[in-house]
Amino acid sequence: MRTKLLVLLAALAPVAAFAAGGEARLDHVGIDVANKPALQRGARNFVNYCLGCHSAKYVRYNRMAADIGITEQQLIDNLMFTGERPHDTMRIGIDPDQARRWFGVVPPDLSLIARARGTDYLYTFLRSFYADPARPTGVNNIVLPGTAMPHVLAQLQGVQEAVWEGHPDAQGNVQKQFKEFKLATPGTMAPEEFDGFVRDTVTFLEYIGEPARLQRESLGFPVIAFLVFFTLLAWALKKEYWKDVK
Amino acid sequence: MMASTNQTARTDGGRIKALVGWIDDRFPLTKLWKEQVAEYYAPKNMNFWYYFGSLAMLVLVLQILTGIFLTMNYKPSAAEAFGSVEYIMRDVEWGWLIRYMHSTGASAFFIVVYLHMFRALLYGSYQKPRELLWIFGMLIYFALMAEGFFGYLLPWGNMSYWGAQVIVSLFGAIPYVGDSLTEWIRGDFYISDVTLNRFFALHVIAIPFALVFLVIAHLMALHEVGSNNPDGVEIKKVKGPDGIPLDGIAFHPYYTVKDMVGVGVFLILFCLVIFFAPTMGGYFLEHANFEPANALQTPPHIAPVWYYTPFYAILRSVPNKPLGAALMGVAVVLFVFLPWLDRSKVKSIRYRGPLSKFFITAFAISFLALGYLGMQPVTPTYTMAARVFATVYFAFFLLMPWYTSIDKTKPVPTRVTYHAH
Repeated sequence: MRTKLLVLLAALAPVAAFAAGGEARLDHVGIDVANKPALQRGARNFVNYCLGCHSAKYVRYNRMAADIGITEQQLIDNLMFTGERPHDTMRIGIDPDQARRWFGVVPPDLSLIARARGTDYLYTFLRSFYADPARPTGVNNIVLPGTAMPHVLAQLQGVQEAVWEGHPDAQGNVQKQFKEFKLATPGTMAPEEFDGFVRDTVTFLEYIGEPARLQRESLGFPVIAFLVFFTLLAWALKKEYWKDVK
Repeated sequence: MMASTNQTARTDGGRIKALVGWIDDRFPLTKLWKEQVAEYYAPKNMNFWYYFGSLAMLVLVLQILTGIFLTMNYKPSAAEAFGSVEYIMRDVEWGWLIRYMHSTGASAFFIVVYLHMFRALLYGSYQKPRELLWIFGMLIYFALMAEGFFGYLLPWGNMSYWGAQVIVSLFGAIPYVGDSLTEWIRGDFYISDVTLNRFFALHVIAIPFALVFLVIAHLMALHEVGSNNPDGVEIKKVKGPDGIPLDGIAFHPYYTVKDMVGVGVFLILFCLVIFFAPTMGGYFLEHANFEPANALQTPPHIAPVWYYTPFYAILRSVPNKPLGAALMGVAVVLFVFLPWLDRSKVKSIRYRGPLSKFFITAFAISFLALGYLGMQPVTPTYTMAARVFATVYFAFFLLMPWYTSIDKTKPVPTRVTYHAH
């Protein structure tokens, strides 16, 4: 038992050090999951750029279509490519063993990624790839250094280079710290256009994290309104009864 | 009422009376109702702090009802648990609502129980003759902690997994039997499918059964000795010619209608969380728990859910693990001894002196501060702060015999203070 705990503590140490060292600053993405055009564009981006390697195995195609406001025919024509049926979930054909050989890891399922990591994280991560010849994929990421994920959106964003600046620490050693990105090779999209593309994708990821969210928030208002009415009524009743108490 | 409908009303009333009479001959229905509700006399001066007992009952019922429906769709196996929770969230009709009621209910349970317990500290409700009432209450609290712990493993998220790993490993700190004990609790050499299955059994059958039994015992003890009140006056000492305490009012209808207002306000807050912030920014449902359990990768920062963090902070503040685990256990159990640690002649904070007031305030602050520190990553400053607050926490209990016996008290009135509104 003691050894196991030591192993556990040893495993935790670098994580704790990383957490203490300060994570990359995240850009804020203002999203609105009720924005149907954004969700539709996000769904298009997702099936074209993400669903090749990442599954979303808890997301059902036809429920998603209904929620983002497209018909089943539009769903089949635009968002389904590999012969699934509309009531299937978003699974992929990638073999985990092969994925491990190609990337070193199995690309994680994305159904709940927005709930686990947060939308700001995803928005910043997808925009923070930079050229790094030392990596097998040729790119690295400021938000998740050493990520196994290649820069899938390079064609759209272009290739960025990271600009670093040196800060001497207490011991006088110069610490390399990230300053900003410089676009080395432009992509097919302008930077603002690319940000919008990622924002739509992240909006879609937030939606698939919790499809009930739209329903939940719209149901919340009448429920609260009823409870306020009930409470006022109960309060009036209490006042009436307590008149007797001297 | 109009004359024409009088006739039917009388016959209907007559039939119901006959049915009640039939039951009363075979089961003490009317007797129970009178003794426990309609003719249970509670002090008329019970204030805001007295809402939380009935609210705890409400949450218990909500947890049991939503739990039944969750159990219908949940699969207690390592391979299927995480997916079945997502199935509930996405494919089961109203599943998301039932699940959020249950997950928010867990936190709500602890909020109302902590406030209920603090009420007892404020007004000395644990003092003679309510020692057993207090002990049953504490047993409920321990059962609740176990229930929350077992339940937290069930979604089989990564925080569920590592949280359970850390807590179960604490039993390894017990000398000689520690290692065998942790193995016996897990049923395996690590947290596994076997552990999940037995935690499920404990969460849905054993602990709820114990909880309901203890709640009944708690209520029976309460109705035997009668409710305390903000003045700490025994209302039974001053009775009218009819044998009813002069400061007592029937629980029904006076407190049933009053508690309904409390229920309304509580449900508004409860539903605001369910419908607009079910994760409470990661405090009620932790972010790392949206990733499935992974035995090879810990979450970036393991912290228990907020309701255990005061004790977790005490555990972490001690550099020696067995000692830390022991102190954590003592911190939880010390509450049981309050009736004997408190030497004050008066019950309520209203008539106690400055020393008691100082210590209870310091205790409340340190409990909240430890709760906050237990959620934060470990830094030297935080560890130092946790040690200071832990010392204050223990001082509240261990110095109590001293400060309550030398503290100046004010004279307690014979009747309760009440101003009719």
